[in-house]
Amino acid sequence: MSQHATTYVPKSAFAKWFESRLPIAGLVHSSFVAFPVPRNLTYFWTFGAILIFMLGEQIVSGVWLAMHYIPQATMAFDSVESIMRDVNYGWLLRYLHANGASMFFIAVYIHIFRGLYYGSYKAPREILWLLGVIIFLLMMATAFMGYVLPWGQMSFWGATVITNLFSAIPLVGDTVVSLLWGGYSVGNPTLNRFFALHYLLPFMIAGVVVLHVWALHVVGQNNPTGVPIKSAQDSMPFTPYATIKDVFATIVFVMFFAWWVFFVPNYLGHADNYVPANPAVTPAHIVPEWYFLPFYAILRAIPDKLGGVVAMVGAIVMLALVPWLDTSRIRSSNYRPMYRQFFWVFCIVCVLLGWLGAKPPEGGYVIASRVCTAWYFIHFLVILPVIGLFETPKPLPSSIIETVLGRKGGSGIPIGATAEPSTKG
Amino acid sequence: MMIATGAAGAVGVASLVWPFVSSMAPDAVTIAAGAPVDVDLGPIAEGAIVKVFWRGKLIFVRNRTKKEIEDAETVNLASLPDPQPDSARVKQGKANWLIVYGNCTHLGCVPLGHEGPYEGWFCPCHGSIYDTSGRVRGGPAPANLPVPPYTFVSDAKIRIGEETKTPAAKTEAT
Repeated sequence: MSQHATTYVPKSAFAKWFESRLPIAGLVHSSFVAFPVPRNLTYFWTFGAILIFMLGEQIVSGVWLAMHYIPQATMAFDSVESIMRDVNYGWLLRYLHANGASMFFIAVYIHIFRGLYYGSYKAPREILWLLGVIIFLLMMATAFMGYVLPWGQMSFWGATVITNLFSAIPLVGDTVVSLLWGGYSVGNPTLNRFFALHYLLPFMIAGVVVLHVWALHVVGQNNPTGVPIKSAQDSMPFTPYATIKDVFATIVFVMFFAWWVFFVPNYLGHADNYVPANPAVTPAHIVPEWYFLPFYAILRAIPDKLGGVVAMVGAIVMLALVPWLDTSRIRSSNYRPMYRQFFWVFCIVCVLLGWLGAKPPEGGYVIASRVCTAWYFIHFLVILPVIGLFETPKPLPSSIIETVLGRKGGSGIPIGATAEPSTKG
Repeated sequence: MMIATGAAGAVGVASLVWPFVSSMAPDAVTIAAGAPVDVDLGPIAEGAIVKVFWRGKLIFVRNRTKKEIEDAETVNLASLPDPQPDSARVKQGKANWLIVYGNCTHLGCVPLGHEGPYEGWFCPCHGSIYDTSGRVRGGPAPANLPVPPYTFVSDAKIRIGEETKTPAAKTEAT
């Protein structure tokens, strides 16, 4: 996977025989054992591993749910209730899967914002970043279609609203929507195909994740200084240091996940989705799942159908363009005093948009949504390109090891003695 | 040989794309289920809105009051986002009967009847406003609630899904 020549040496006769036919042990060894990891990584760098775990968890719980679920409009809702009441531990499978989606998005948002703060999208990591954006898009499609499957009121009307977004496309919009529906409105054919695609997409995500990890292992990990690994002292082997740290962080994250599953399993859902789908009545207050709220707020902020859809799609396109919009050569915002302020303003704006997305589309909420939407785009299209030209960055450390030793206050420590600081956060 | 192989491959792929895409379109059963439906207007009281389904799509049948008709007719057309006179949206001589699709032209939610500033419809999802003729008057919706094809089979019965023989329902009497 990586460019680094493998240092794996097969020991047993069988290992030698196998390695000469399929060098997978060497690949694993060079990618996940000997792979050099910057020694100053914080826990923000454990979310990749957490996300891989969550993808696995969602696939496993999803496959088990599919053994009981019926993708048919008259039976879907009842089959979900049957999973909750009749299937042994069906409630656990379903709550794991439903809350797992939210946890997946919490982790991915932390992962994305970590990348934005530390400039992880800058050369040579553009392809790595773009693959991440593709994974994010696939995740959104998967989550949306999964939410339709219980065939409650929010499922049905969420599906109606989101599929109708495509009707804003000039000329071919109505044809596209009819192909999505397989009918003249959201109905049984829609549910059936969404189930098929909801089962397919996670495996496509897994495929892109392999490319994402591959790209990561070619260019190496970024780190809180943004300064690349320059010497062997700057790095540590992936195993045991990163391995144990990733596993530890994942377990802590799973505890957080379990709290939602066992104590407030319905907090992130909507009561309306326990009402069977009714095409004659729209719930009074229709909102998407929390992880779509900022984009939903952007959609509603524009008082024009096509314009709203364009802005919403544009909000994600901005992410894909970030590597080329940012003009600064400094990666880490730790050394960018001005940009750092704007980064936090941007974070606040995103959270505000999420909050506004859950509010009714009237009065002050609409105005606030418009201001925040405008700032969202100004951040990417104005702040990001312009600030890099004016900002005076703080002096960068000459190497990763310098920041590590400097912070520890000891400069005379032999290299071997510093091999243990995997505990710093 | 390479060109021929490549060409055959490309033609093969291209000719398979069509059946795959086409299979996603409404199937024969769905289309057959779109046969016209009759709606008995007798029980619909003045001022009431009744919801019916045709081809799986929601349709409002509204028995408009005198005031509602007047409101719909006395509008400065130039001020409308999607200008259309009320007379073009009902059958001549049947101005009290407004038959329109029941999904907001923005993103398909069901607007609430007798609500909003014009007491036509108000969409709770994104705030689109319709008047008593089902015309958009505010909010993000780009167009009026469309009028489905229908015809009066008698004074008290309509058939949705079948257009009056003379298709220009706007001017012809039924």
